[in-house]
Amino acid sequence: MSTTTTARPAPTTWGLGISRGGLELRRFFRNRDAVIFTFSLPTVLLVLLGSVFSGQYEGTGVSASQILAAGMIAAGIMSTTFVSLGIDIATDRDDGTLKRLRGTPMPPAAYFVGKVVLVAVTTVAQTVLMLTVAVLLFDLSLPDTAARWFTLVWVFVLGVISCSLLGIAISTLAANARSASAIVQLPYLALQFISGVFVNPISALPAGLVTLASFFPVKWMAQGFRSVFLPDIMVRFEAAGAWELDRVALVLGAWCVAGLALCLTLPILGPRRR
Amino acid sequence: MVHRTMLAVWPAVKHACPMSELASESSTSHRSAAEPSPQRDAITVRDLRKQYPGTDRPAVDGIDLDIARGEVFSLLGPNGAGKTTVVEILEGYRHRDAGEVTVLGVDPGKAGLPWRSRIGIVLQNTADQGELTPAEVVHHFAGYYPDPRDPDEVLHVVGLWDKRRTLARKLSGGQRRRLDVALGIVGRPELLFLDEPTTGFDPQARRDFWELIRALAAEGTTIVLTTHYLDEAEALADRLAVIANGRIVAEGTPATLGGRDSYRATVRWQEAGIAREEHTFTPTALVAELAAQCGGEVPGLVVARPSLEDVYLELIAADGTDRTDDPAAPLRSFR
Repeated sequence: MSTTTTARPAPTTWGLGISRGGLELRRFFRNRDAVIFTFSLPTVLLVLLGSVFSGQYEGTGVSASQILAAGMIAAGIMSTTFVSLGIDIATDRDDGTLKRLRGTPMPPAAYFVGKVVLVAVTTVAQTVLMLTVAVLLFDLSLPDTAARWFTLVWVFVLGVISCSLLGIAISTLAANARSASAIVQLPYLALQFISGVFVNPISALPAGLVTLASFFPVKWMAQGFRSVFLPDIMVRFEAAGAWELDRVALVLGAWCVAGLALCLTLPILGPRRR
Repeated sequence: MVHRTMLAVWPAVKHACPMSELASESSTSHRSAAEPSPQRDAITVRDLRKQYPGTDRPAVDGIDLDIARGEVFSLLGPNGAGKTTVVEILEGYRHRDAGEVTVLGVDPGKAGLPWRSRIGIVLQNTADQGELTPAEVVHHFAGYYPDPRDPDEVLHVVGLWDKRRTLARKLSGGQRRRLDVALGIVGRPELLFLDEPTTGFDPQARRDFWELIRALAAEGTTIVLTTHYLDEAEALADRLAVIANGRIVAEGTPATLGGRDSYRATVRWQEAGIAREEHTFTPTALVAELAAQCGGEVPGLVVARPSLEDVYLELIAADGTDRTDDPAAPLRSFR
């Protein structure tokens, strides 16, 4: 009994958040179907589409599958952040997880820290998996300069943050866990198409669609990753004829701010009907 | 410390129950600091009102409640009577339209996390954290509270120690409820809300659970219990209230609710092979008279008072709850 009355430091938000992250990861990796689905879908698509589009861009030595790989890594990030979180939080709301947590003294921020830990681990794992496949099957080269590595990191980080926040926000639109799946898959698939993930080069798409896609993060993430993994000669296939890294940072940063504003406004943890 | 008349009439438990471990712990109660005035009510409610948008009548239509610290209070009422709405307002889950509410001295509509660490909630119909084990979940939740119980002890006490490494989704319904209860008490709450806590329990599990609740009550925990099982309310509650159509239609102890103690008793016996029945306010006198007539044992003697269930059914029927049959009809004979 002595242990129960021992005074101990008050639990901190960070400590509880990390502890929640541990639970989230265990929960995630124990649900084998979801793990296989989350990780295999973008990778399988990459392998299948990469095998179909095996042609080379004349005079560049770059294959269509390499362009695809750069774009698919962007799509993979959206899958483990936006899609996963959108469904995950709607499920937490549906099955009573959120109601139970609101009944405890857990600081709400700890819940989000836990999700961040989950998303960080799954997204890094997903990206490493897809990069490995692309390097092995499609001869994608890893970045060869520090500047390109740096670009890879910041595009990755801004992409993860913006898509995660949007996933958290969109979870509030779903009436239940099942409808969440439909609600997040639609923008996910549509954005992949109009952002030039499947259709390469992006300049092959109607200009109207590219303009529409330019309002959303996926197009810019894919563009940023192409600048990292493709030789500079490929820049002429971009819609603007340039990598536009400043714009990539601007749009992704803007979505981080907008996503955060949405998350602070919407009743993410709270009930919709009081 | 706390006046508990009902405890005295319960038969002593014959088997050593693991839940009695909790009672022995009460000597080391931490609560002295958090309880400036033990006489103050744990819960006070004045003229509470709540109407959901798009409904034509209020879910809660002017309720007053006083629940003392250390009391086991049971809320009864048919589905849709407003019980859950009242409890969810007390738990801080719902806003109210009007009325004054204090729970542990704080308005639950504005209460913060420190207040949350003083209450425990066992919700209905949970299906969460199926991919986690009771050990993982209870240990984790203990981390939310400033002065939790030992998680392993809690697992023992609710009878989940042997299942502590089983994924929650593989637990039976009753075992899942035990996990809910474990999470409700791991923070060592001053006030515990229990919403239909024993749904899915087998009879022995229910009895064990009752012992746990008594042990918690003996420690001084205030308990608010909503249940459909009237025997449960009768066994556990110091006081109870019946809610129908958003109002409290009766309030009292299990022995006196709805004037239960003033109903006539029914005396049944056999006389020359024929069943006889008489309703009387003085059953003892009648039995003595019969005993004298028979010169000893009265054949087939039964003295019955209305059960809590009889009283309850009459109360909610009298309030006009839409029931086509009349479950209170048999009770009329007790009048």
